[in-house]
Amino acid sequence: MNTPGYSEIIRQGLWHNNAGTVQLLGLCPLLAVTTSVVNGLGMGLATTLTLVTSNVIISLIRGLVRSEVRIPVYVLVIASAVTVIELVMNAWFHDLHVILGIFIPLIVTNCVIIGRAESFASKQTVDRALLDGLAMGIGFTLVLVLLGGMRELLGQGTLLAQAHLMFGEAGKALTLTLLEDYRGFLLAILPPGAFIGLGLIIAGMNVINVRYERKAAAAVPVASPAKA
Amino acid sequence: MTISNYSSPHLPATGDVAVMMRQVLLALLPGIAGMTWYFGPGVISNLLVASVTALIAEAGMLALRGKPVATTLYDGSALVTAILLALALPPLAPWWIPVIGSLFAIIIAKQLYGGLGFNPFNPAMVGYVVLLISFPREITLWPAPHLSPGLLDTLALVFLDTLPAGAGLDAITMATPMDTIKTRLGLEETLGELQTGGVFGLMGARSWEWINLWFLLGGLWLLQARVIQWQIPASMLGALAGMALVFHLLDPGSYTSPAFQLFSGAAMLGAFFIATDPVSASTTPLGRLVYGAGIGIFIWIIRNWGGYPEGVAFAVLLMNMAAPTIDHYTQPRVFGKNGGAS
Repeated sequence: MNTPGYSEIIRQGLWHNNAGTVQLLGLCPLLAVTTSVVNGLGMGLATTLTLVTSNVIISLIRGLVRSEVRIPVYVLVIASAVTVIELVMNAWFHDLHVILGIFIPLIVTNCVIIGRAESFASKQTVDRALLDGLAMGIGFTLVLVLLGGMRELLGQGTLLAQAHLMFGEAGKALTLTLLEDYRGFLLAILPPGAFIGLGLIIAGMNVINVRYERKAAAAVPVASPAKA
Repeated sequence: MTISNYSSPHLPATGDVAVMMRQVLLALLPGIAGMTWYFGPGVISNLLVASVTALIAEAGMLALRGKPVATTLYDGSALVTAILLALALPPLAPWWIPVIGSLFAIIIAKQLYGGLGFNPFNPAMVGYVVLLISFPREITLWPAPHLSPGLLDTLALVFLDTLPAGAGLDAITMATPMDTIKTRLGLEETLGELQTGGVFGLMGARSWEWINLWFLLGGLWLLQARVIQWQIPASMLGALAGMALVFHLLDPGSYTSPAFQLFSGAAMLGAFFIATDPVSASTTPLGRLVYGAGIGIFIWIIRNWGGYPEGVAFAVLLMNMAAPTIDHYTQPRVFGKNGGAS
């Protein structure tokens, strides 16, 4: 088993193997709760926390679990982690917890988490598993926040509305109302807006990738095939 | 004597997209004139705003995609999309309604899928449905027939959001007949009680029946000119009338007659101009019959049992989704091949 370096893990999680836009895992919460920045951020952080916890635990017990029973064991670990996180959110971020509702317990079934457990944490050391969970989680969170921002801006003309749910009373000052008297573009808030928005984000990433590759190809002169 | 060796086809090809689109535009003229007669200059302003936006959007997207701009714009397909969309919009809607609708139709529903010939959904109807679900208030601003404000007042309302002096929005707009029927039936009234409400005309919805008639006229000319085939309009109107007949006979107090269904709302515009979009419709002869019948049945269901008073756009989009499957199962038998599909 090859062991990727730290920077490679971070690059994979944030960009090249992004859970939301490249692996297209966890589409259900990605599309369902991203109606605003705050919802996206809350969901993303909960998922990140779950990923880090489950990755670390699974990496720690990877020598003890027989491969025949590994999937039930992983599910148990993940379910326990999600339950703890859900209770914590219910206690300290109750309003946000009410808004995100069923999607918090459903993190258990998010394919990103079992996917990282199976394909990464179960084969790597604890430090790498932790970093992988963090990178994957932050990559996913960034997509959630970006999509949430796009939909909130178009749909309601605000950014970071209801920020007090997350940052306490001080958060109210964070809310930006960009357009007064904005009538709202309902489609952006409705499910089609999520699909169209995600499609545009993926297209944008592909454009950047192509540009980057072209630049890299132009900068590094490829060894000429016509050698003497 | 020389015998030239001509190979088939022996008829001159008339499939030029530009010619076809111009014929469609020509056939729409009577209906457009009818709508303007009843609903005032807002109809024309919608048409102009939508057309200009669509042409700019099409040109911009073609340039971005590195396609030839001038020749593709000249084929008129963007113009037809814009005009079909504009005809579905209420004449007193603010100017940004046709703008957003056309932008969505051309950029997302047409060009992002690959441009003319590749869009799985009818772009005009996608644009309309986006507006319908996003701006439920603006999309109902239909003036009462013959009571539309004059040219200057309409322009002020559409572009500057200023109402004519002394008139509220409620004074110049009116629920469409189909909307009225939907609301009143919801209040446990029967159609008999509605007879005096100014909703019914001679056979269809008041005023709208004439608009439908003009669109029917244009549609028949398109049929005669072989721009469209008979299958889709015939099966769509047939299925709509059939559904209406069955339920009207069962319960005439709650379900309007087939004639009313055929001559109300966007029935004729939909049957001859929207459902027959050559790109997003079925292409096999039998498939067209199935496709049209599906649209007719869905229109009736949405009008009578759904949440919206009119269902042409939703019905067309639903059957667009089914069109590839319908085509797959209705491939015509190759001549000389015995039975057994494919």
